[in-house]
Amino acid sequence: MRKLHRRLLGWGASALLVAALAVVAAGCGGSSSSSSSEKTTGTSESGLPTSIGKGEGTLNLIEWPYYSDPAFAKTFTKQTGCVIHRKDAGSSNQMVALMRAGGGGGGGQWDLVSASGDASLRLIKGGDVQAVNVNLIPNWKNFIPIFKSPAHNTVDGVHYGISLQWGPNVLLYNHTKVKPGPTKWNALYDPKYKGQITVPNNPIQIADGAFYLMHTKPSLGITDPYELNKEQFDATVNLLKQQRKLVKLYWNYDTDGRAAFANGDVSLGAIWPVDTLALQDKKVPVTEVIPSEGATGWADTWMLAKKAPHPNCAYLWMKYVTTPKVQAQQALIFGETPVNPKACSFMDAEQAGSCAKYHLNEPLSYYDTIKFWKTPIADCGNGQNDCMDYNAWQKAWTQITG
Amino acid sequence: MADLAEAGRPPIRAARLRLSAALWRRPWLKASLLLAPPVIAFAVIYLGSLAALFISAFWQVDSFTGKVVHTWTFDNFKTLWEDHTYWRIAGRTIGMAAAVTVTDAVLAFPLAYFMARVAPSRTRAAIFVLVLLPLWSSYLVRIYSWRTILAKNGALNWVLNGLGLPDANIAYTNWAMWIVFSYVWLPFMILPVYAALERIPQNYIEASGDLGARGWRTFRSVILPLALPGIVAGSIFTFSLTLGDFITPALVGGAGSSFIGNVVEEQIGINGNLPFAAAFATVPVVVMAVYLVIAKRLGAFEAL
Repeated sequence: MRKLHRRLLGWGASALLVAALAVVAAGCGGSSSSSSSEKTTGTSESGLPTSIGKGEGTLNLIEWPYYSDPAFAKTFTKQTGCVIHRKDAGSSNQMVALMRAGGGGGGGQWDLVSASGDASLRLIKGGDVQAVNVNLIPNWKNFIPIFKSPAHNTVDGVHYGISLQWGPNVLLYNHTKVKPGPTKWNALYDPKYKGQITVPNNPIQIADGAFYLMHTKPSLGITDPYELNKEQFDATVNLLKQQRKLVKLYWNYDTDGRAAFANGDVSLGAIWPVDTLALQDKKVPVTEVIPSEGATGWADTWMLAKKAPHPNCAYLWMKYVTTPKVQAQQALIFGETPVNPKACSFMDAEQAGSCAKYHLNEPLSYYDTIKFWKTPIADCGNGQNDCMDYNAWQKAWTQITG
Repeated sequence: MADLAEAGRPPIRAARLRLSAALWRRPWLKASLLLAPPVIAFAVIYLGSLAALFISAFWQVDSFTGKVVHTWTFDNFKTLWEDHTYWRIAGRTIGMAAAVTVTDAVLAFPLAYFMARVAPSRTRAAIFVLVLLPLWSSYLVRIYSWRTILAKNGALNWVLNGLGLPDANIAYTNWAMWIVFSYVWLPFMILPVYAALERIPQNYIEASGDLGARGWRTFRSVILPLALPGIVAGSIFTFSLTLGDFITPALVGGAGSSFIGNVVEEQIGINGNLPFAAAFATVPVVVMAVYLVIAKRLGAFEAL
């Protein structure tokens, strides 16, 4: 019995070893061959479709929860026959992870992703999305000019998606606890509010610190909070390390930040208008303000996956959601602002005064006060590759919060 | 097939007989065939993924395209070693795992002792159900409910205020994590400790008494040493489960409560930096390996 036992062990061990080696070899071989066969980014204009064919009957979306709300998606399905299957993502990172699963490019499963500006350049650089012919989207030419070819979804004149909606990152406070209400971002750096502050747990949040320094420390010479050289970056990281001592919660999902406000754990912080609406719906005494300096903001883009299995339905969807009426519907459901100004009258028709409330009727100069999220890269347009890239931002963010 | 048919028997039956005879003559072959599928599955799925993890820790990510570059480098480990942020996070993770393990051991022992040696069988069954009941509901739901309990407007402060005490500000702190971890992993400590205590023969305790030992002495010299393998076995669960968790820190932890798992999740989710995540993930693997060696010395695997 004992002998048998020992023999078995020996046999098992050698089998294990062989199998493990086989796996390792297979793993190495597999991954190296796949990386060599992948195409580099930068699809030429000539590769673009010139017309939208018949819908394939299915459309798979990675989206911010309910970005294909039945309120307007039902009509789309009726008109085009494209049945929508959606995957709700809770964060930009989750979106990028989903798009990169299954070999990247949406894995041959996903057609479109509603990427925000902190994700879109990552998807473009990673080769996960493909160029889009904007001429197939009739409403594109009506967009507010800055959303036609914004830096977060257009690279070297190539469009990798169609702008959708945008919103500011607002300062939210509990007006029964924070009196008088803050009007400037310095409230989030004020030791008076120690242990009552919440900010997003997202490396792009470093831009909020840079935005604050841009207005309070002009000597640093920050002009764009997403393009920071080493000195500007270090100053910002230092500021945020100080802020950490005041922060109660770095929220991962905006619903976590929301819960902290609702449960009284925090009384002021940076969050999104959709959360303000949800909290006010629940009668939580909160007030939202865009501080006098302006704000950072996010702008979402429907981006076409590189391996999109249903490109026609995807184009039909981009065409549909940019029409004024659907733009207005979506804006009011989420508390965000359309990129198509023609939506204004539809918004007012549905909810009087909402066009002005969501700043859709502002002059172009208004957009100078909003600094839209974009993934930081080393090449920040000054000819020198001396800006801190997203990798550095991510590392610093771990140092700040970890 | 031809020579089988010549033997004058139905071929399938003959083959079967031959096979069984061959297996009977070589018992090791029979055992090997039986064991091969699980062993291979174990090797491929478990050891294979560990090997892949370790290998990718030596690769790097191109910061421009976000793609993994297959060149061998120690850079990931160098960063981990030089940046004290990662020391802090690893220390917090291991410290919390240790604190939760001790807490659970202290909480589980009296209950397990009561179940194993004092309670009548019906009470024992009832306690069993109560211990296992939380496992019927989602782990996530239980964490969320703790968040509600510990919140400023939550049940805990409501009770404290009712007793005339001030608010306990433990929402989104490491204390909150400690409480929640100790709660969610407690059943995994109770069960092995119970099993160990139940196996102690009653006559050992009687013998100890006959030799003049009082309760405390019997506990220290007889019960505790015999229960120790059970405690160590339970601690493997509580320690490793805490070590690998990232949901609890994300949901009930506050500023400065990141675990190794959170960094891994961020590195993959935000950066797509799988190699760095893999490098950091080797830390808990090493910690667990050391822990298991110690546990084996203490005889934990006899109590599993």
